[in-house]
Amino acid sequence: MKQNRKTYWKGVEQLANDPEVVKNAGREFPEFLPTDNGEEGNTRRDFLKMMGFGIAAASLAACEAPVRKAIPYVNKPVDVDPGIPNYYASTYASGGDYCSIVVKTREGRPIKIEGNDLSTISRGATTTQAEASVLSLYDNERLRGPKIGETISDWETIDKEIIKKLEVVALQGGKISLVSNTILSPATLQVIEDFKAKYPTTEHITYDTASAFGILKANEQSFGKAMIPSMDFSKADVIVSLGADFLGDWLSHIEFTKQYSKTRKLYDGKKSMSRHFQFETNLSLTGSNADYRTPIKPSQEGLVVAALYNLIAAKAGVPAIFANIKDIANLEKAANELWNAKGKSLVVSGSNDPAVQVVVNGINYLLENYGQTIDISTPLYYRKGNDQAMDRFIDEVKGGRIGAVIFYNCNPVYNHLRGKELSAALEKVSLKISTSDREDETASKVDYIVPDHHYLESWNDACPKKDHYSLTQPTISPLFKTRQVQESLLKWAGKDSDYFTYLKDYWRVNRYTEASGAMEFQYFWDKSLQDGVFVVEVDVESAGTEDLEMSFAGDLNGASQAISRNYKASQEGLELALYKKLGIGDGTQANNPWLQELPDPISKATWDNYLTLSQRLANELGITSVEGKTNMARLTVGQNSYELPVLVQPGQAPGTVGLAIGYGRTHAGVVANGRGVDAYPLATMLNGAISYNVTSGVRVEKLDKRYQVAQTQTHQTHMGRETVVQEATLGAYQKDPKAGRYHPHISTWQEESGETNPGSLSLWKGHKYDNHHWGLAIDLNTCTGCSACVIACHAENNVPVVGREEVIKRRDMHWLRIDRYYSSDNEVTDLKGLEEAAENPEVTFQPMMCQHCNNAPCETVCPVAATTHSTEGLNQMTYNRCIGTRYCANNCPYKVRRFNWFKYHDNKQFADSNTPMNNDLGKMVLNPDVTVRSRGVMEKCSFCVQRIQYGKLEAKKEGRRLKDGDVKSACASACPSEALVFGDMNDPESKIYKMLKIKDTEVDHYITDKEIGEPRAYHVLDEVGTKPNVVYLTKIRNKEESEA
Amino acid sequence: MSITVTESLAQEHVPNSQVVSPVREPLVTGGKTVHDVTVDVCRQVEAKPPKSWLLALAISLGVLAVGAYAVFMLVWEGIGVWGLNKTVGWAWDITNFVWWVGIGHAGTLISAILLLFRQRWRMAINRAAEAMTIFAVICAAMFPGLHMGRLWVGFYWALPLPNTFGSLWVNFNSPLLWDVFAISTYFTVSLVFWYIGLIPDFATIRDRATNKISKAVYGALSFGWDGAAKTWMRYESVALILAGLATPLVLSVHTIVSFDFATSVIPGWHTTIFPPYFVAGAIFSGFAMVLTLMLVTRRVFHLEDYITIYHIELMNIIIIVTGSIVGIAYITEFFIAWYSRVDAEYYAFLNRATGPYWWAYWTMMTCNVISPQLFWIKKIRTSIVATFILSIIVNIGMWFERFVIIVTSLHRDYLPSSWAMFYPTFYDVGVYLFSFGFFFTAYFLFSKFFPVINMAEVKSIIKSTSEKK
Repeated sequence: MKQNRKTYWKGVEQLANDPEVVKNAGREFPEFLPTDNGEEGNTRRDFLKMMGFGIAAASLAACEAPVRKAIPYVNKPVDVDPGIPNYYASTYASGGDYCSIVVKTREGRPIKIEGNDLSTISRGATTTQAEASVLSLYDNERLRGPKIGETISDWETIDKEIIKKLEVVALQGGKISLVSNTILSPATLQVIEDFKAKYPTTEHITYDTASAFGILKANEQSFGKAMIPSMDFSKADVIVSLGADFLGDWLSHIEFTKQYSKTRKLYDGKKSMSRHFQFETNLSLTGSNADYRTPIKPSQEGLVVAALYNLIAAKAGVPAIFANIKDIANLEKAANELWNAKGKSLVVSGSNDPAVQVVVNGINYLLENYGQTIDISTPLYYRKGNDQAMDRFIDEVKGGRIGAVIFYNCNPVYNHLRGKELSAALEKVSLKISTSDREDETASKVDYIVPDHHYLESWNDACPKKDHYSLTQPTISPLFKTRQVQESLLKWAGKDSDYFTYLKDYWRVNRYTEASGAMEFQYFWDKSLQDGVFVVEVDVESAGTEDLEMSFAGDLNGASQAISRNYKASQEGLELALYKKLGIGDGTQANNPWLQELPDPISKATWDNYLTLSQRLANELGITSVEGKTNMARLTVGQNSYELPVLVQPGQAPGTVGLAIGYGRTHAGVVANGRGVDAYPLATMLNGAISYNVTSGVRVEKLDKRYQVAQTQTHQTHMGRETVVQEATLGAYQKDPKAGRYHPHISTWQEESGETNPGSLSLWKGHKYDNHHWGLAIDLNTCTGCSACVIACHAENNVPVVGREEVIKRRDMHWLRIDRYYSSDNEVTDLKGLEEAAENPEVTFQPMMCQHCNNAPCETVCPVAATTHSTEGLNQMTYNRCIGTRYCANNCPYKVRRFNWFKYHDNKQFADSNTPMNNDLGKMVLNPDVTVRSRGVMEKCSFCVQRIQYGKLEAKKEGRRLKDGDVKSACASACPSEALVFGDMNDPESKIYKMLKIKDTEVDHYITDKEIGEPRAYHVLDEVGTKPNVVYLTKIRNKEESEA
Repeated sequence: MSITVTESLAQEHVPNSQVVSPVREPLVTGGKTVHDVTVDVCRQVEAKPPKSWLLALAISLGVLAVGAYAVFMLVWEGIGVWGLNKTVGWAWDITNFVWWVGIGHAGTLISAILLLFRQRWRMAINRAAEAMTIFAVICAAMFPGLHMGRLWVGFYWALPLPNTFGSLWVNFNSPLLWDVFAISTYFTVSLVFWYIGLIPDFATIRDRATNKISKAVYGALSFGWDGAAKTWMRYESVALILAGLATPLVLSVHTIVSFDFATSVIPGWHTTIFPPYFVAGAIFSGFAMVLTLMLVTRRVFHLEDYITIYHIELMNIIIIVTGSIVGIAYITEFFIAWYSRVDAEYYAFLNRATGPYWWAYWTMMTCNVISPQLFWIKKIRTSIVATFILSIIVNIGMWFERFVIIVTSLHRDYLPSSWAMFYPTFYDVGVYLFSFGFFFTAYFLFSKFFPVINMAEVKSIIKSTSEKK
């Protein structure tokens, strides 16, 4: 302690207590630092400093950085964390199409549609159109607010004017027509009732772009109730479809795809599958999945149905009806098998002719399918359109008997066969209102446009099937000054409640009372909203008895007479069959570039509609193809004449041509306008309902003009390459589950048996995957080719759209494509002959994306190591490092790599096609987790690495291991048939591990290979030795072995 | 006709001026003395350029300008201006690359391998052939640069430079990287070899120079050459060492270029025969290009006495040999494709001959396999006109060989779903024109300002007095 008191002097001055030292004792620096010389002005140092600053500031100011508006949250919303997505259950409903969805939002923007697993109808699946609908929200063509004539107005003025005019019409007793497509929402129908209460002369007219009026009428005749029964394909061992595209766009096609794929799944415990017969004109998605497909002409359809009835009737011992048609391939076989599977079969028809549908009901009745595969007590509400009412409405407009018309989210001028007549007659209506989101063909003819919210901005409910309800909730506040139609109608009806309150009250009265179990309404509401769906639990006992009481009372004789009048057996004459494409559908979302560029699963064509015809007809007409450019043709149907591109379509019934509706839009927007031709006016009326076939007066002539339809795939067959597509018949599979597998083999010096798999010979040790090993299994047997995965991938990964011209140059950017192969009739040795598809081919769909090879040919050739292998088995692409030599793409045996030939974003060249990357509104759809790629770099499927990363981080936050199902690639999550299974092949609990029966083989401390136990599993191009992490399961066809 | 002329000339001068073997034709005809050589070769360097030269240069510059526009658009807009697609990722770009590299083989082969084999006839042609090599290699190197999607980073990212990305290096597995090394090494050695050969000749021009600029420029270029015996001795040693270094490079460059294809998995590319087949093809096309240029040069600059029919004939013989090797390689590929029973391989070759690009294949076969066989006939191989035409045909054929290998293999490979066609655009052709424009501009400038014949070496084969009879 003593030492501490010692004092050290800083210097002799301190010891002497110099006054200067005393004065500065408290200061850190005894002297002033020489910063400035005071009065002498600026020094050289200061001059240099200022000059330096001046130059730096001036040069910085000269570099003008682009101004990017990013507004941070001043107050962070409670539920929104930057970088963390929120999910909201909702419902996609458009003109009677339905899908229960979960909307992914980021920072308040919906960016992706996912399926809702809780739905009892769509069961987590989505469709192309539901997936793409998120982009339609950000469509630049949407109206920014209400419009009176040509001028933008505000809601107050417009409401005042409309109410005044409506009252005038109502006072004079004039008719008010509210025209819509099928409305699935019970609450909306209630709103319309309220509106009717205020304006009693209101009539609600429903029509559909794909009418099912014939089915409604037939069931009214047969069972006394105009409805569409629900069907269960999963219970059917034998399925016969007469022109019904039930996997593509017929009624509840998502639900049907789910059910159907269940019957097509094969595994150890289940070695049987349904047998599917299809009789149709155009090669549809459903037809391409059938085990037996017979092309028939539309004019034969009724007779084929009648003939099938007669074959069944003969077995059942009931009298036959008129059917003078013979030699329809597979019909007798179908009848025999149907009869053997009585009560476990299903006959469906896509015809809209009530007579045909009555006979179909008769067939199902004889087969005792009612109460088994068909459920009358739970009708479907997808199509409520009344063709006759719509016809009458147009007549009334023409007769000037309509006082006011409200077009509720429908576009009849475009998509009704009498649209042109309606358009011309509309001026006779004094008050015309449209609720369209854009100035479409109908809206451009009206006085007032009161644009509706996009469904992602709306509250609503839906009831696609009896007792099955779901809710739509807004996922973003309205982008524009739009207003929900329901609110508009309520306002005009003098009720000033907002629709949310209305909907909630409606549910309190109607749904809450149906809910079982005691709970608070708020709890019920919150739960329904969170789940997105609500199903009324029905007492099974009482429903069963109701079924038994239902008895078939269809007038078969009357139907038979109608059929004999309207159908003919002869093969003569050219006929036209209209169809809907999977992407564009009825044309409502035509301005959606994702859908325009989606290759049709069958023809692989994009951006156009075209006349499909058989090779034989093309030859007869002299239509040829030079460098992909084919002669155009003139199609004449009565008064209508079109110049159309032509596409040779294998499987097209002889003597027929096909044409898709949904194209030829004139007022949809820059993406859609002028693409293809409008085929709606070609529809006809048959037996009181719209028929999408033209059976007489069809003429097709060859034109000298040539046109190229943009196709993403131009080669039709798989050239008999067993290493690409491996298939077998069901019988062969049952005997040997390895049937159809192709095992590449070579001889080595060590053994002469020639049984060595070339893939097993490697200089490489292989990769070691300590943690995860991601893989994807694809069941070719359940993949229907529906293409929902393609759009899901587009949306998830910011895949650019390139437009028609670039697709013609074969530069489509799809990370995931579905290869479609037709069978060929020629011998395997005839390599030239193999290039030609059979006249009525079997079809195989093969989803193809980056195979994430363990021995990836792309990885070794990149000079800058921009594509590398991850420790989890992913083949990664580092865009920043890529210099764009394209060597990797050349060396990829699967040709899945996509090159950015141009700058696809912010580039005028692509402003009309790649809207999601070229305007500020469209850009809102981009996934912020995925880079928008620059020009000159390579890109490809990443196995949704951003989802994997997100899943891992979430698991880490919760302090647990990643479980199976935490991470699902966008494609696997969209797949309605569960053909795609994504997961961790290192996790013995995962679905993919179990499905593929994986055995780990450890060699040399490295897991060289996952041994796959599943006998159906194979790698595409196994012999190249790439060892992919994508595994395919063989395609099994339920055919007789002799026919294979 | 020209044969008789040269022969008669030779005979006329034999007894007096040159020591001539009774069985060998003289390498330099016309009874040239050492001084004649200097005068003949320096003439075009010192004189005003002839009109024909100016015209040729103007045309080359015009082609270069058109090409430069195509290159500008390519870099400005993106690779999309070419006709490539998702299936065919390389077409004219790499075809041109391999073609030019092939052409770039003859020069070094002539100066290095023939030097080691003591083939003295090379002396008259090696200078121009080497210059051609240098320019061809520059043309070749353009394409791997221009074909890159992002050449602004590609130029240096493809080099193994230490960088700020941490331990990020180039991928030493990639044949494209091997190309970078192979070609840059080959280019460096060729350039040094060529330049060292030029030094004594530059000194000659310097010594003869009458104006100050020439004296200064050629003085600088000649690095103070003094012509002392010791200097000559060192010069000879360096030439031998460089020849020794360059010889393996002649074989390795095209071998490594062929690895771009041979190490891949694409049917039609994945072939072990490629290295020897590519080297033979390269010599084949290189000699053809040397012939094309020599025939023009000797005519324009009146060098018929130095580049004689004998030279032309010898080069034509090399063309028969290499052309036949290439032909056998084509047939072997077909045999192996059939023998392998691999369906993709089998189809790839069937598709070459009978698929949509059959015309390219048969152009290649006609030009490369059939046409050089005409040189078996002495009359044809000693005819200047026939040689000139065939030399061009051979190079057309060799361009198609690379096109066939690259495009027809890619356009239909494993998965038929991706099969596609390639159609070239203006920009594909334009960038090719750019390389032509550059090549000829450079060659014409060379032929005017540099001695096109190695005076120092040619003088060593004139075994005669320096005095003219």
